[in-house]
Amino acid sequence: MQFLRRFAPLARQRLWQGALTLAAVIIFNFVLVHLAPGSPVDVLAGEAGTSDPARAAALIKEFGLDKSLPSQFLDYVSNLGRLNLGYSYRDSQPVLDLILTRLPATLLLMTCAIVLSLAAGILIGVTAAWRVNTPIDQASSFLATLCYATPMFWSGLMLITIFSVKLGWLPSDGMRTVTFDEQNAFALVLDVARHLVLPTTSLALFYIAIYSRIMRASMLEVSRLDFIRAARARGLSSTAVYYRHALRNALLPVTTMAGVQIASMLGGSVIVETTYGWPGLGRLSFEAVTRRDYNLMMAILLISAVIVIVVNLLMDVLYCLIDPRIKHGTEEGR
Amino acid sequence: MRRLRKFWFVFSRRRVAVLGLVILAGVIFCAVLGPLLTPYRPWQLAGPPLLWPATDARFPLGTDVLGRDILSGLLNGAWVSLSIGIAATSASLLIGTTVGAVSGYFGGRVGDGLMRFTEIFQTIPSFLLILMIVGIFSPSLGNIILAIAVSTWPAVARMVRAEFLSLREREYVQSCVVLGMSAPRILITQILPNSLAPILTISSVMVATAILNEASLSFLGLGDPNMMSWGTMISIGRNSLRTAWYIAAVPGVAIIVTVLGLNLFGEGLNDALNPRLRAE
Repeated sequence: MQFLRRFAPLARQRLWQGALTLAAVIIFNFVLVHLAPGSPVDVLAGEAGTSDPARAAALIKEFGLDKSLPSQFLDYVSNLGRLNLGYSYRDSQPVLDLILTRLPATLLLMTCAIVLSLAAGILIGVTAAWRVNTPIDQASSFLATLCYATPMFWSGLMLITIFSVKLGWLPSDGMRTVTFDEQNAFALVLDVARHLVLPTTSLALFYIAIYSRIMRASMLEVSRLDFIRAARARGLSSTAVYYRHALRNALLPVTTMAGVQIASMLGGSVIVETTYGWPGLGRLSFEAVTRRDYNLMMAILLISAVIVIVVNLLMDVLYCLIDPRIKHGTEEGR
Repeated sequence: MRRLRKFWFVFSRRRVAVLGLVILAGVIFCAVLGPLLTPYRPWQLAGPPLLWPATDARFPLGTDVLGRDILSGLLNGAWVSLSIGIAATSASLLIGTTVGAVSGYFGGRVGDGLMRFTEIFQTIPSFLLILMIVGIFSPSLGNIILAIAVSTWPAVARMVRAEFLSLREREYVQSCVVLGMSAPRILITQILPNSLAPILTISSVMVATAILNEASLSFLGLGDPNMMSWGTMISIGRNSLRTAWYIAAVPGVAIIVTVLGLNLFGEGLNDALNPRLRAE
């Protein structure tokens, strides 16, 4: 109850912001499609209705393109309200179905990448701060700087070269082995897990670099504070002080950063999924762009914004649970 | 001159910052003079295909599947990457500084509204936005630059806004207001010159980000089809990883080195120009 009272103002503010963002994305989508070169029929129907004039006229009628722009916009919005995101003429199915079949793969990949990057980033950062200015610290700093500058698709290709081509340890393409006996659930999980390793690593490397640097700085800052000195003075062992007191308080900047990075990670998944043929939303958006499937593109942009908003909301709940000091969102967390 | 010497004194104390500057100078040198130094054009089928690096003196970095010289491609790519990076960053700085300055200086409803608008852009995954803009319009040089600028200006706007918010309370600004100076004149001739340091710092990292974005686009086959960029070269090498992984590896190293140089240089700038750190 107390938690709810504390959380309610923040939730209200976030939902308001989210609604505003969605409205803006919807307007943006509408404007973008009407700015696109070529007639709107080509844009919305792809190649389905370009050659035959009668068919084109029918499509204009069907899409309501003969109406005025404002009423077209209202149609678009009311369709969205009924969860009708449009029809993909390239794949001959509703866009929403297409997205929903691809969404789980992306969520799986992103969850793994977030967990890996946080775990590794925190571990490396804490170790570097503990052994500050030693070769371990310098090596981790060097590696982080390097990973921060490495394009995801390139590290992806190099991982494929090493682990798939040269060593033959891990698969480099897709999410499952095609010729696979689906009966055994354990074997299926193992198969997907093997396919997950390389894409997750490629996506996570960049974020490991960021989080380890933030964690290091945050640890060093916290360990200068008075309550740490007090804990030391009480005679606690330095390991206990380090893990029980300093670590907990140093975690907040990293988790905040992880929340901020969700949108960026979704963008990164486009590259990683295309590199590894991972059947997720990122690859779908690449396919949508190369096939000029505008309905699909618009829907993906909208769904991505929804994902970012929802994840940020969940993160806020998490902060409120972790840190009782956070009262409401008037102070923008950085 | 004295300020420049002082800047150099602080800047050169960090060895990695100097390393960044040296790398950057090297890349600029390659970008400007590279096309003149190479004997081949980047798309020219210059020699035998799939020549490994360091096997033929005429092709020090080898050739790709069609026998194009990788070194020529690399030098040409330096020019493409750097010019797109600088152009996109300039456009992004222009949008971001304008929005941030107006929002920070005037504040109130206009300022809040502009910041809301900026936040909306930060909710949309920026690479997805770049992809869509380039996909809907054609993947030409201008559209790529525009797409990168449209998706990266919010970071600038936030930073400039914070800077202008604090600077507008300073006495020298207040006295300009009292003297009756117009708002645009105060913004441009008084506050802007005093917030150049953080803008300069952020722009170095932004060029790096723009280069990464352009490389990703070209890797996906959505770069300008007439230009041999580093991303294009990697995407060419992608199909022959099994037999000739160096085709994809070499341009990647060029990207890493360039981005690394820009990031290190940016860090050095931050240390040397940030007044809070400089006071130490």
